[in-house]
Amino acid sequence: MTVVATGAALVLDEPLSLWGGMDPATGELIDAHHPQRGVSLAGRAVVMPSGRGSSSSASVLAEAVRAGTAPAAFLLAEPDLILSIGAAVAEELYGIAVPVLVLPVDELARIRDGQPLDVRGISTGQVHRAGETGT
Amino acid sequence: MRLVVRAAEVTGARRLIDITSAHVDSCLYHGEASLDFVDRLLAGGASVRVPTTLNVGAVDLLHPDLYRGDAQVAQRGRLLMDRYRALGARPTFTCAPYQLAEVRPALGEQVAWGESNAIAFANSVLGARTNRYGDFMDVAAAITGRAPAAGLHLDGPRHATLVLRLARDVPPALRDSDALFPVLGLVLGRRAGSSVAAIDGLAPGQSEDRLKALGAAAASSGSVAMFHVVGSTPEAPTLDAALGGATPQSVQLVTLADLRAAREALTTATADRLGAVSLGTPHASLRELEAHAAMLGGRRVADGVELLISTGRDVLEQAERSGIAGRLRDAGAELLVDTCSYIAPVLRRTDGAVMTDSAKWAYYAPGNVGAQVVFASTAECIRSAVAGRIARDDALWGAA
Repeated sequence: MTVVATGAALVLDEPLSLWGGMDPATGELIDAHHPQRGVSLAGRAVVMPSGRGSSSSASVLAEAVRAGTAPAAFLLAEPDLILSIGAAVAEELYGIAVPVLVLPVDELARIRDGQPLDVRGISTGQVHRAGETGT
Repeated sequence: MRLVVRAAEVTGARRLIDITSAHVDSCLYHGEASLDFVDRLLAGGASVRVPTTLNVGAVDLLHPDLYRGDAQVAQRGRLLMDRYRALGARPTFTCAPYQLAEVRPALGEQVAWGESNAIAFANSVLGARTNRYGDFMDVAAAITGRAPAAGLHLDGPRHATLVLRLARDVPPALRDSDALFPVLGLVLGRRAGSSVAAIDGLAPGQSEDRLKALGAAAASSGSVAMFHVVGSTPEAPTLDAALGGATPQSVQLVTLADLRAAREALTTATADRLGAVSLGTPHASLRELEAHAAMLGGRRVADGVELLISTGRDVLEQAERSGIAGRLRDAGAELLVDTCSYIAPVLRRTDGAVMTDSAKWAYYAPGNVGAQVVFASTAECIRSAVAGRIARDDALWGAA
C-alpha cells in the first residue's frame, strides 16, 4: 500500500468540529471551549474519537486543503461521513488527499502526541479498518 | 453520484433509497472552495431533482446594510447564494426549514438534510428520517434524489441506547421553564456524542420551540442527529417505545449540579458591560417573535444596547403581516434574515458582552465573531436589553 500522508500526530483531548473550531486561513484551533485552543492543525495527523457538531465542517476541510492549512490525516474511532465527504471533494477539486481512517480504539489509544506517522489508506475518505500507523 | 456512492461506502450501506426533499447547508461561504464546488456542478449541467430548501448564507440579502464585514467576502457569499438558486433550490435561507409548512416532511418520510439543528429536529421532532449530511453531500443527495440506506434512514438505529433521566433535585419550576432546554441540550450532546438518547422525566407535550432549543444545543456540544423526549417526540410515546423494547446500554441521571455547570460553562464574558443581545438562533419562529414582543411589553431597548433577532425571511413575512415585526422594530430591535449573527459580522457592539438565549450561539460566537458571551434565558435577555445591563436570575437554578 502507498503512503498517502505523513504528519506528526496531534492527539485531541476532545472531539472537534472543524466549523467554528478551525480557522481555514491559518489552520489554528479556535473553539473557545476546546482545551487545546490555539494549537495548529495544519499538516498534523489529527487523532480524535469522533467528529463533532456542525455539518459545515466538510466545507471548512475543503477550504483548508485549498489554502494549504489542512491536517495531513484524520484518525478516528468511528466513521465520520462529514469529514470523509469533505476530503473526497477536496481531492476531486484540488488533487490533494487527506485520508480519514477508522482505527480500533486500542490502536488509537497507543498513538502519542507528536509521534510522526505515516498514514496509509486505499484512497481519501475511504474507511480502511486495516490501516496501519507507525513511526 | 460518485459522492453518494462514496457516502454509501463510508456508512456501509448496500443500497440507496429515494428521498423526497433536501435541505442544503452548502450555500454558506467558507472560502473559494465553496464556489469551486458548485461551479463544477453547474458546469456539468446539474440541477436538483427533489424539492430543496437552502440554509443560511453569509449575508442578509434583504437588509444588506446590516453587514459590517469585509466587502469581498460579502460579495463572494452573495454569489454563492445565487449559484445555489441556479441549481434550482428554493431561496429560503433559513436554518429552521421545519418552520415552513409547505416543505415540512411528515412522520417516516425519507429526506436528506444538512445543518445540525435541522437534522436533529427533522429526526426527533418530525419523525422524518435523515442522517447527518454535511456540506457537499446534501447537494449530492438533492441532485441525485438518493441517499445511502443506512443509519437513521432505517428502523433499528433510531432507537435510544442511552437514557438520561432528570434527577429528583431538578426543581419543578425549572422542569417547566424555557430556560431548561438549551442547557439540558448541552448535557445531552456531551453525554450522547453521536448516539441516540431518550430524555425521561419531563412533562408530556413539550413545545416545538423548546425541542428546537434542546436539539440545537445537543448538536453543538455533541454530534446528536436524533433524540427522544418521552411523551413529547413522535417515536417516544413511552420510554419502552423509544428504546424499541430493548434494554438501554446506560441509564444516567442529570442532576441540578450538572445543569448549573453546563449553564455556567457557556458564559465566557469577563466584562460587566452589556453591548448587545442576540436572539433567534436557530431562526426564531413566529411564536417566538410574538413572545419577544410580549416580553418587551411596549418598553424600548436601552440606549447603547443592540437587540438583534434572527429569523427566516418567510417567517419575517408573516411577522410583517401580523404586525409583530413592526412592534419589535418600534421597541428598538433589529431583525436579521438569511444569515446568522454568529456567522456574519453584523453586531455593532461586540466591545461589551453579548447576551444570548441560544446555547449554540454561545458555543460558537467566541470563536467565530470574537464575542464575549453571557448565556441566559430569553426572559433574562430581554429584561437586560431594556435595563441596559446584564440582569440574570439565578433563582430558577436553585441559587439564592
